[in-house]
Amino acid sequence: MPDTVSIGTLTQAASAKPAPLAAVNDFVVKFANVNGSGSASANGLFAKSIIRMGVPVAARNIFPSNIQGLPTWYEVRVSGAGHLGRRGGVDLAVPLNPQTWDDDVKEISPGGYLFYDSTKPLPASKFRDDIYVIGVPLTAICNEAYKIPRERQLFKNICYVGALSWLINIDPAVIEQLLKEEFAAKPKLIPANLAAFNLGRDYAQKHLKPIGLQLQKSDAVGNRIFVEGNAAAALGAVYGGATVCAWYPITPSTSLAEAFTGYCEDFRMNPDGSNNFAIVQCEDEIASIGVVVGAGWNGARSFTCTSGPGISLMNEFIGLSYFAEIPAVIFDVQRGGPSTGMPTRTQQSDLLLAAYASHGDTKHPLLLPADPGECFTMGAQAFDLSDRLQTTVFVMLDLDIGMQEWLVEPFQWDDKRQIDRGKVMTAEMLEAGTFFGRYTDVDGDGIPFRTYPGTHPDKGAYFTRGTSRNRMAGYSEKGVDYQDNMERLLKKFHTAATLVPGPITREAKKKTRIGAIYFGSTTPAMHEALEALEAAGHHINAMRVRAFPFSQDVYDFIHAHDEICVVEQNRDAQLRSLLMIEGGIDASHLTSILHYDGTPITARFLFDAIGKRLEARKATRQVTSKADKQ
Amino acid sequence: MTYILKPKLHHPSLPKNELGFTRRDYEGRVSTLCAGCGHDSISAAIIQSAWELGIEPHRLAKMSGIGCSSKTPDYFLGQSHGFNSVHGRMPSVLTGANLANRDLIYLGVSGDGDSASIGLGQFAHSIRRGVNMSYIVENNGVYGLTKGQFSATSDKGSKSKKGIENTESGIDLVALALQLGATYVGRSFSGDKDQLVPLIKGALSHHGPAFIDVISPCVAFNNHAGSTKSFDYVREHNEAVNRLDVILGRTPITADYRPGEVREVTQHDGSTLRLRKLHTDYDATDKIGAANYLQERHAEGEIVTGLLYVDPEATDLHDRLGTTAKPLNQLGTSDLTPGADALAKINASLR
Repeated sequence: MPDTVSIGTLTQAASAKPAPLAAVNDFVVKFANVNGSGSASANGLFAKSIIRMGVPVAARNIFPSNIQGLPTWYEVRVSGAGHLGRRGGVDLAVPLNPQTWDDDVKEISPGGYLFYDSTKPLPASKFRDDIYVIGVPLTAICNEAYKIPRERQLFKNICYVGALSWLINIDPAVIEQLLKEEFAAKPKLIPANLAAFNLGRDYAQKHLKPIGLQLQKSDAVGNRIFVEGNAAAALGAVYGGATVCAWYPITPSTSLAEAFTGYCEDFRMNPDGSNNFAIVQCEDEIASIGVVVGAGWNGARSFTCTSGPGISLMNEFIGLSYFAEIPAVIFDVQRGGPSTGMPTRTQQSDLLLAAYASHGDTKHPLLLPADPGECFTMGAQAFDLSDRLQTTVFVMLDLDIGMQEWLVEPFQWDDKRQIDRGKVMTAEMLEAGTFFGRYTDVDGDGIPFRTYPGTHPDKGAYFTRGTSRNRMAGYSEKGVDYQDNMERLLKKFHTAATLVPGPITREAKKKTRIGAIYFGSTTPAMHEALEALEAAGHHINAMRVRAFPFSQDVYDFIHAHDEICVVEQNRDAQLRSLLMIEGGIDASHLTSILHYDGTPITARFLFDAIGKRLEARKATRQVTSKADKQ
Repeated sequence: MTYILKPKLHHPSLPKNELGFTRRDYEGRVSTLCAGCGHDSISAAIIQSAWELGIEPHRLAKMSGIGCSSKTPDYFLGQSHGFNSVHGRMPSVLTGANLANRDLIYLGVSGDGDSASIGLGQFAHSIRRGVNMSYIVENNGVYGLTKGQFSATSDKGSKSKKGIENTESGIDLVALALQLGATYVGRSFSGDKDQLVPLIKGALSHHGPAFIDVISPCVAFNNHAGSTKSFDYVREHNEAVNRLDVILGRTPITADYRPGEVREVTQHDGSTLRLRKLHTDYDATDKIGAANYLQERHAEGEIVTGLLYVDPEATDLHDRLGTTAKPLNQLGTSDLTPGADALAKINASLR
């Protein structure tokens, strides 16, 4: 069957009813549900069953700031080619929430499919002429099969998965296996769920034909794992040696602290039942970062996880960590906001806030993971970096990475790897007479030695202050001492640029003077768009930045191109600002491609936005060259 | 204040404690506070307490926020690590430091602005969390470094130096600490060293959140007629409920009081608090009685001082969290990193 839903073919003829979409292992299904109706586990089962068939899936839960009643969506992108970003558009809609019916139906691509609960007849005006409608009387089926209202609701969810499994060819054996694993602890639920699944599947088999969107077993998933970024970052913190976690609940970072708690219970308990960790849920974000700074000062690896509003509250302490040179790790799971609502949507809008957090002249390293796999590696690395640099290190997730499950390569760990505590002066070194000046740059990298409290009876103690001290940590209000210290801190920041993860470049197939820079959760959609743009004749060298401060490679890349598209998911072009501020790049050199409506950026959006920009550029150059000839 | 460097030399015949340290070994830099400041008396009492208890200076960490009181950790225990942190946030920093290494003694020094105004939340939560610490508030009812504004512990009706009357209710940190679950609660007066030194010694040997409110008149901005935190006012209204001696576990206890006059309370670390009762009906282990007594005497305009409450069976945050006995900051890679095999199992569970 031909692949008709590639992202490069966006327009369809509007007059005659288009042919039904037909594709194998390449389509988008979108469920619309009511929050709290139990649909999440059924939808998750749907996505996971496709992965078990070896077909890559990108699943995204779009949910409200609500426990029960408001609309929620679950978008499953099936991509045999392995594209894990959002594509844009919907090929098969499953609107099960009357509140959002009209919008959900509107979104379907011409020739696409509408699967709905046909128990109650709907007027023709509720449908569209250019799509294919499939009705299954889900409510009627379940009302007949179940007597308890809660069961009717819950099993209706599994029932539609059953019907869909027939329509798009999900292997029922895979479903059975997943249910067995899911309910291993409650085996009674296995046959009950399986029966509900078969209710839907049997009905569909009897009354309906499979649709044009079909699944075929594949081996494209390989040994990849399906995991959310918050859990991966929490696991990174465990492997990175974090022992103290202080936090305050805030969407979308809460599940990071909860996952850390779970992993610590699994891996950090001693045989006598005591814990090699301490987790405190604090009264607010200020106390959380205060605990982290106190623990870091005293030599324990500590972190907090939060989102933008939490960073706002933590600003004063982040500054203290910078000036007093105390290690701290902050996981910032970015979102929209303030208020409730947008906080359950994704954004990359805390870059400037985090990079320059606090009063005074400050700047902080940021790590920019692109997926849960990097949440794990960068989550662990952040602790080595913050100990080495004696400062706050941010790991900048966003809701799309943090709270969605992504298909990523399995986590890896080298057992030979040792925790790097950085420059810590020990009792032995002090006893041997090693020079100790708390704020003295002894190695030329701007990083001084520190001592942990309690190290030595009469050597190495010092008094910690934000500023107002000399190289020996003695109290000083002299301008020359302040300036000397600030220049060393800048040197340390330059050292940081050599230690943080470097950028990754993706060369175009043909030589080009156009470049693109992107980061974080934009990555998979960007890669897909770059492929499509290449196929459309637009050649672009691309660079994914993975950290701030930027290494020289980033500036070299920018200067090697005539124009750079900077792609980010915020309104104010914050990455572009950082490039301009820190690299002195001319504003006209950097074109912003911005997406900030709270939904994850799509490949179609990028194809369109970058494509238009390049077409316009081409047109301008043609005009210019004509003018030159005249 | 004085600005000359303090000489390190001291007379060879100065008495030494069991560790061989003289009192001078527990001093810090020269104070930069105003001459006659009550806070300097408190620093002296801390020095005396640590010397008498024979604390190894490097086994104590001194933490503070911002303000006159928070500057003082620089003026005592010069061989201890100190941390002058963020205004009103000493409690969270101390909590984190304590989590990192449960083996050190944590002394938090704060003021009434630092703890009752900007830091009231952190004061409250660190106490209810049960952090093992000695939390001393040097309470002068006024903002000194910004020159004389009322703080939240100023009594209603108290007058500022400019003659303005405070119209807002004062916060009694002792009453709050009791309610919040502090397991050692005392109040004293910076001018009463005999009462203050044993109170601090008891707090430093207590296992749990110990809180001491020390009324410490501000000679520059709050020591005038009409102030309820002046030396004269506090001396006139001070109502001590008991006198305390702290006897360490290793010292034999000798009884030299008449029965009924003395109550002995043994703490977890083996130290004994010997309370010489000044009010026969006051029982320092009765929390509700203590709270009632405080309110009654407050209504009479008295400032109740002494060891107001102690729970000798107190536990701390580490006990509640079940933290390992080894300090967290001393755990190494093998204690902390589960390894590649464990990771392979996690990977398998995510497919």
